[in-house]
Amino acid sequence: MEPAIIDIQHLKKSFGPNHVLADLSLKVNKGENLAILGKSGTGKSVLIKCIVRLLDPDEGSITVFGKNMEELGEGELNEIRKKMGFLFQSAALYDSLTVRENLEFPLRTLPKITEEEMNKRVEEALQNVDLAAAIDKMPSELSGGMRKRVGLARSLILKPEIMFYDEPTTGLDPITSRGISHLIVAVRKKYNTSSIIITHDIECARITSDRVIVLDKGKCIAEGTIDEVSKSDNNEVKAFFQ
Amino acid sequence: MLCLMGNLVFKYHKQVLFNPMIDNNEAVIVKKESLIKRYLVGMSKLTVFFVHFFKEVFKPPYEFKEFMKQSYRIGNQSFLLVATTAFIMGLVLTIQSRPALVQFGAQSWLPAMVAVSIVREIGPVITALICAGKVGSGIGAELASMKVTEQIDSMEVSGINPFKYVVVTRILSATLMLPLLVVFADTVALFGSYFGVNLKDTVSFQLFFIEVFQKLDFSDVFPAFIKTFFFGFSIGLVSCYMGYNADNGTEGVGKAANSAVVFGSLMVFVVDMVAVQITNLFST
Repeated sequence: MEPAIIDIQHLKKSFGPNHVLADLSLKVNKGENLAILGKSGTGKSVLIKCIVRLLDPDEGSITVFGKNMEELGEGELNEIRKKMGFLFQSAALYDSLTVRENLEFPLRTLPKITEEEMNKRVEEALQNVDLAAAIDKMPSELSGGMRKRVGLARSLILKPEIMFYDEPTTGLDPITSRGISHLIVAVRKKYNTSSIIITHDIECARITSDRVIVLDKGKCIAEGTIDEVSKSDNNEVKAFFQ
Repeated sequence: MLCLMGNLVFKYHKQVLFNPMIDNNEAVIVKKESLIKRYLVGMSKLTVFFVHFFKEVFKPPYEFKEFMKQSYRIGNQSFLLVATTAFIMGLVLTIQSRPALVQFGAQSWLPAMVAVSIVREIGPVITALICAGKVGSGIGAELASMKVTEQIDSMEVSGINPFKYVVVTRILSATLMLPLLVVFADTVALFGSYFGVNLKDTVSFQLFFIEVFQKLDFSDVFPAFIKTFFFGFSIGLVSCYMGYNADNGTEGVGKAANSAVVFGSLMVFVVDMVAVQITNLFST
């Protein structure tokens, strides 16, 4: 069996007296889509921010591609980050840049990329999310769903091996949400990515995930396929699925 | 340092002296301790930010395109505001100074006196204060909103150093653009002064500027020009610090913009005070 691409052991993270993650362990296998469900404030976003080291955990270990994230220097960390894509809840597009410039932005980390190659990659990434026509627009001219898709295109432009989706369907109407969920599935097929999808949206989890875990108070309270988890006896999990 | 001290005093007054819940000496001491702790933490964070800037500024890759963009925003887009203010400043200073000189029959000294005032002190300080308002609030609010909307996090996970891209470029632009704006402002203010002189007297353009340049000395121009780099640096540093360390939420954006203007302006006076002392030290 292939080793897990992400291996988290006994992760703890607190903000003052607030224990957000309490001894959490989980693994993500290559090519797997893992959805993390849970109420607001249960530590879902903190977990993925710890994985990409936007936050430093208090205790525990995070191993990505076989490397302990805490032991990496700045250069090595940036090299690993180039293999990761992150779709933020707000899409986090750079307001002062056009869609094209937003997509070109991560490409600056690649050594000696030609302008032709850059244009090709930008156009391809936008075609993947069906937004080729928006290439010269400013982020302020885009709708919420379009911003998410541009954000997704930007996170895919470096052809990552791992994708993190932080509440990809929050704030979108059901039809657009479904579109984004199917896009996540398409991304996995096309790029063979492993993904962690943070969501409250059961339908999104059902469409996108191979496996689901439910977090409560920073601990995993249920794990399995979405059908298995939905039949759990745990009251917190039941409440979530009702 | 002084801006943080001002912040401390303000918070102390607000939270301790005017708080009816704290009515015994022990509670006041505890509050004082926590405020001192917060002051020291703030000081150390600003120092770390300052050191971080110097660590990043010489390290490649250099964000030249972003630096040019910020220089355009800070410099070019402030021209009109600076020009208008400078013209009025020169004009008003001339009109206000004239009666006092007339009393001594010394109105022929007016161009020289106004020029020395503008070049040595008023031009740099007023221009820096305008920039602390316009540029400082812009940088503070922009960086804070970038932080709130996770744009800075997004750069970091893309493997791009956000400090270098966002902070270093803005501080450098502010440092280099402010002196140019001050030179421009001084020039416009002298034109304003020429206009002011000609409201009551008739002085030719050539004579006015001969008077100005005869009295202006290297020791008037050089220290005043050098201190503008420090004005620009302190405005850039403080506003980037406030924006980059803003609290989350829209309230944090407002606070960052406000603090950037208040502490940026305060820093201008602090730097000016230090610069005047150093200049005096060398001139004596």
